[in-house]
Amino acid sequence: MNKGMQLHLSDRLQALYTRLNQGKAPYIFSAIYLAIGTILVYISPRSLLAFLVFISSAIFIYSFRMDARYKIILAAIALLILVPIVGVRNIFYLEVIFQISVFAALALGLNIVVGFAGLLDLGYVAFYAVGAYTWAFFGSQQPFLLHEIPGTAPPGTPFFLPPNTFYLFIFIGVAAAALTGILLGTPVLRLRGDYLAIVTLGFGEVIRVLANNLDKPLNLTNGPQGITPIQRPTLPEPLLDAIRVVLNPLVGHNVSEGDFYNLFFYLAALVVILVVILVARRLDDSKIGRAWTAIREDETAAIAMGIPLVKMKLAAFACGASFAGVMGVLFAASRTFVSPESFSFMQSIGVLSMVILGGIGSIPGVIVGAAVVIILNLQILQGFSLYLSQLRQSDAVIPIINFAWKDLSTQLDPAKYQRMLFGIILILMMIYRPAGLIPAARRKRELVKEEVGVIGPDDQINGASESGNPGSDPGSEEVRHGAR
Amino acid sequence: MALVETRNVTKRFGGLQAVGHMDFVLEQGRIVSIIGPNGAGKTTFFNTLTGIYRPEEGEIIFDGHSLVGKRSDQITSLGMARTFQNIRLFGAMTVIENIIVGMHPRLNQGMVDALLRTKKFFKEEEHAHERAFELMSFVGLKEVGNELARNLPYGLQRRVEIARALASDPKLLLLDEPTAGMNPKETDAAVGLFRRLRDELGVTILLIEHSMRVVMDISERITVMDYGEKIAEGLPVEISNNPRVVEAYLGRGAAESLEQQESRNELAGTG
Repeated sequence: MNKGMQLHLSDRLQALYTRLNQGKAPYIFSAIYLAIGTILVYISPRSLLAFLVFISSAIFIYSFRMDARYKIILAAIALLILVPIVGVRNIFYLEVIFQISVFAALALGLNIVVGFAGLLDLGYVAFYAVGAYTWAFFGSQQPFLLHEIPGTAPPGTPFFLPPNTFYLFIFIGVAAAALTGILLGTPVLRLRGDYLAIVTLGFGEVIRVLANNLDKPLNLTNGPQGITPIQRPTLPEPLLDAIRVVLNPLVGHNVSEGDFYNLFFYLAALVVILVVILVARRLDDSKIGRAWTAIREDETAAIAMGIPLVKMKLAAFACGASFAGVMGVLFAASRTFVSPESFSFMQSIGVLSMVILGGIGSIPGVIVGAAVVIILNLQILQGFSLYLSQLRQSDAVIPIINFAWKDLSTQLDPAKYQRMLFGIILILMMIYRPAGLIPAARRKRELVKEEVGVIGPDDQINGASESGNPGSDPGSEEVRHGAR
Repeated sequence: MALVETRNVTKRFGGLQAVGHMDFVLEQGRIVSIIGPNGAGKTTFFNTLTGIYRPEEGEIIFDGHSLVGKRSDQITSLGMARTFQNIRLFGAMTVIENIIVGMHPRLNQGMVDALLRTKKFFKEEEHAHERAFELMSFVGLKEVGNELARNLPYGLQRRVEIARALASDPKLLLLDEPTAGMNPKETDAAVGLFRRLRDELGVTILLIEHSMRVVMDISERITVMDYGEKIAEGLPVEISNNPRVVEAYLGRGAAESLEQQESRNELAGTG
């Protein structure tokens, strides 16, 4: 009975989606939806629901069948104009979106290793740490503190490098992480499956433990206390003033330098993520990407096809690692602080769960996965906790059972059940949607020159391959279900 | 001219000698079969040729190159391609993609070409697709190019495997029980395809096969293995009358009865 109703509802939603996705309707609908979301967030900057409406407009912009140019314009307006305004008005949103971008880039990198090449990496966050510590070390006073007791710095110690070398270190961070990936990969990539997972898990821990303990004999990492302060690139004051003229009235308060830094790192993360998406897409659709998929599907057959296994696996490791490296540099600068705590095993698992939740091997999927996990973490669960603690402080009583909210144990705080909730979500996903929220779809090809008619209406084929959205390609999902 | 020559190739697993002292010569342009009872070491011999196993002793010369110690992918690049006894396609990839993966050693694009989408990249990709379509129509897969390989029926999967192996432009094609599990009609079509591979594409073919119908029909020479060693070699007629071969397949009793029958025939002939 229940199931029947559900089916009915999903059918109707499907029908609604199809109707909205025809002709001019998607153009109007997505623009209006985005506008409503913006207005809602603008009017009530603290409402979670408003934020969800705002951020979900991305899904419509992405998945509707519209002219690519229109999509890009809409996305650019949203990301470059609306998000900064809304985000500076309530700086927490900017933080959420920044975190989504950082973890989306991490998830995209891990997706290359796990999703494309099928190498289970449980220590992925180590590469993130390498990137972060690269800038943390050179972008702070640390090189002058090598012989000091951890945690003490003589007053007036200068910074090692000028702050704007940050831009250079974005590339150095990429190189350092990629090199680490190759160094780790060379001995271990001969291992398969579970063995590789265990070794990478160990490697992740080794990096964290190194960061924790390399305060002696030379104080490289400042140990468990972490390195701080780390420099940020300087922002030109005249430019900030010029922006303030426009931005101040829109956000309703004077935009501080801190706000500008948040904005800067948000934009930097945006640029990085665009590059990362481009790189991932182009590699996936090339000789290298096909070799990765082949290795994932069947190593023995792949090597018999002339694919050099170790070289290709190293390429996957290095690529994935470099994405993490660049985000590490960004992370270190944006926080002005790094410590080994940020690179725990749970972080690796967190990124992995984003990949699995979103759709292993699917680029839009893992971005959505990152967004869902971060929003769940930072907003929904904490929102619940806040609500519960408010109830606890009030005198409210649950009527019939006569239970006073203030007697509620603090152990029932939802934020404390974060991991359990993740566990449950992952289990449910594996049962009901094992290929993830947006399953990966294979590109379809045809020879345009002859016999177009044989293969079928080319519209359909192109539509399914290019957008890869959940609505238009049910076939690939079915296939995935069958596989597992 | 000998395309493949092995001398004294020996492969052991622990104390078990899977292939022992194999001396084997394969002339260019031939279709040759290796037969033998289950466990005779045929597939192990294949795996030694293709570099999956490294022989403990012996030498393998392929097209002027020594293969011992080379990795599988290097051997494939030299022009040796194979199919597997139990089909090993890349199930989650489309048929076209499977075939293009087979071209891996022949594509020159690097990471930079892929990232910057250079002219070379587009040209090569386009060429690869054209070639994939050619191969698909050659083996008879034209309509299923965009299907995922795992969704195809068994007979077509075998064809995809052959097309994928052909994609690397091999000089030598190793087919490991290519007609296993096929019905007589499919088998005939497959045999026809093998002939066309050799006649039209000039590919030398070495196959492991259990179906005597196929072996006797297609092979120009046959090598028989038993307990890891070569026990006979020759034309199909010679092999089918060789008492050692019959013994290996059917046991000593059957071989003796064959001998008796032969001597009776001889008697009848003289008398």
